[in-house]
Amino acid sequence: MAKRIGIEVSLAISEAVRLANVDAIAAYPITPQTHIVEHLSELVASGELDAAFIPVESEHSAMSVCAGTSAAGARTYTATSSQGLALMNEILYIIPALRLPVVMTIANRAVSGPISIWNDHSDIMGVRDTGWIALFAENGQEAFDLSLMAFKIAEDHRVLLPISVNIDGFTLSHVIEPHEFLDQDEVDKFLPPYTPAVQLNPDAPVSMGTVGIPEIFSEAKKCQDEVLKGSEAVIKEVFADFGERFGRHYKVVETYRSEGAETLLLTMGSVGETAMEAIDRLRDEENRPVGLIRLRLWRPFPVEALRAEMSGVKTLAVIDRAVSFGGTAGPVAGEIRSALYSTDQAPYVASFIAGLGGRDITISDFMAVVDQAEKMAAANEIHQYKMIGVRE
Amino acid sequence: MENLNVYAAKLAPQQESLAPGHRACQGCAELLAVRLVAKTLGRDYIIANATGCLEIVTSSFPHSAWQVPWIHVAFENAAAVASGVEAGIKVLQRKGRYPVDRKITIIAQAGDGGTVDIGLQALSGALERGHDMVYICYDNEAYMNTGVQRSSSTPYGATTTTSPAGKADPLGQHTMKKNIVEIAAAHNIPYVATASPSYPFDLMQKVRKAADTPGPAYIHCFVPCPTGWRMAPNLAVSIGRIAVESKVFPLYEIENGEYKMTVTHKNHRPVIDYLKPQGRFRHLSEANIAEIQQQVDKSYDRLLKKVKMSQIELD
Repeated sequence: MAKRIGIEVSLAISEAVRLANVDAIAAYPITPQTHIVEHLSELVASGELDAAFIPVESEHSAMSVCAGTSAAGARTYTATSSQGLALMNEILYIIPALRLPVVMTIANRAVSGPISIWNDHSDIMGVRDTGWIALFAENGQEAFDLSLMAFKIAEDHRVLLPISVNIDGFTLSHVIEPHEFLDQDEVDKFLPPYTPAVQLNPDAPVSMGTVGIPEIFSEAKKCQDEVLKGSEAVIKEVFADFGERFGRHYKVVETYRSEGAETLLLTMGSVGETAMEAIDRLRDEENRPVGLIRLRLWRPFPVEALRAEMSGVKTLAVIDRAVSFGGTAGPVAGEIRSALYSTDQAPYVASFIAGLGGRDITISDFMAVVDQAEKMAAANEIHQYKMIGVRE
Repeated sequence: MENLNVYAAKLAPQQESLAPGHRACQGCAELLAVRLVAKTLGRDYIIANATGCLEIVTSSFPHSAWQVPWIHVAFENAAAVASGVEAGIKVLQRKGRYPVDRKITIIAQAGDGGTVDIGLQALSGALERGHDMVYICYDNEAYMNTGVQRSSSTPYGATTTTSPAGKADPLGQHTMKKNIVEIAAAHNIPYVATASPSYPFDLMQKVRKAADTPGPAYIHCFVPCPTGWRMAPNLAVSIGRIAVESKVFPLYEIENGEYKMTVTHKNHRPVIDYLKPQGRFRHLSEANIAEIQQQVDKSYDRLLKKVKMSQIELD
């Protein structure tokens, strides 16, 4: 049966990758992703994991090697952060177009400049439209569970797309949390070895990555988007299967004390835990109708699941951890406004940017956000975004 | 296929894995070389192809000229993709999920731009990590696919669309061709060679040797490009021969660090014989040509010294 142990989240992710019996890992070191790949290389060196560990000379090559191993038919994993993700950018577009189910942990970190090793979401927002499935974990257990489920989702023949599992750098990657691990035989039943739909094999030659002439390019892109959108059903299926087997239940959109709420906070990633504390205080001490909504699935964007949580909600305060320079809102808030625009009685969507480059977002910050959002809603204030805690 | 050079052409393998009907220009020596490589390797090989002429002329969807598994990802990463294919197959074979009944050769192939410029880092990484693969650079001495722009493999004095000879600057390319063969050899890999489709049996023998060598091998293949070099398509093979006869592109191999000439000539032709048929050198003055002759002599002498040193070491 499952063991409950205290372990650093990075190591727990490595253990999930070991349990997934991954075949190939290609990685390049970057803070704060390093503990994940260090531990994986130890597991390979000790013989606990039978996999190829390919220590490449850059993230661009890391993702390129992943293309090669995955096309050969190997279950493939990598991890990166920030500049590393930015350097991979070119290849990130090509992996889903080749329908290669690579799984990647992104230990989210601010993108330079100024250079910062600390946490925000500017790295993942910069690669939003590369065609990857993107999941966000709130705590270590989620990171462990999502890492295992990621392989099952990605390798499903109805999907065959790459997945990023996003964990906040340092605030998740470097903290020790209690995790319930799974036994190898349970995981093996849940996640059998990868069976590729096509692979590079001289017995059945294929050409992968051919030239897309104008006559077929639009069709190729449309197919890709349909498959990505269609993956949401498979994601829900895998979440349900996981919940049934292991008793931990996941949804693409999670809510916390949202019953009867008129104001909702919306977060992605680890700050959801702090936001819960703020909601508890506002509910229990001030008796205010507030709640929290957490996006676990960022791509494909869960439009229907989000809309379903909006009944009776008057104000939605979206917390972004990145800036869309010169844009209309924070990157998440912009999506939310777009997703709710055509619905009846759409709530007022207030866009807040907080926690850039490792700046803490405190419980009182969240409480203040609720107050401010409600005031803005009452005045129907037209705004792009409000930045929390910035010294102007 | 030992000592192919003593056999007649009709004894070369009949097998083809590069289908006809691809879209290369008339007289393209690159596709000629690729066909010879394909003949040598049969069907049990996998290609990781960089973006470039070779990729676009052989893979315009829904057509593909490749009868072997082939993957193209991007411009600068053929070496990295090939190393992934190699590592992936090795681990799957160990785990019993990939055929083990025969050796499958992993080929990375790219042009000079994809090798000596944008792909240099990925190439160095792959060679350093020691993957069992053969990297073949098809060097036509400029970015031909995008319209003949200079690369660091473009020779001194050549005019290209980004190193044009003009009134204020009549030379064309100012820099010497990057010596990528030495760079590859500096990784201490077991096999490095230069090759030319104008010497088909020499090329095929080197490909065989590279494929049979465990660990990384690098072959630098000189492929005249009539379109980019501004010459008649029917000159592609003969200009390749003249390049060797004039010492411009010597054919040699470096096996475990030992240099050996594989094609030698008693009387070398002057470089003017090589330069003259090509429009890209037409603007050069007599002084320029004399300078190039000196450069060629010097680098050839330097190569011969290395060959001699290797012979002394072997003795």
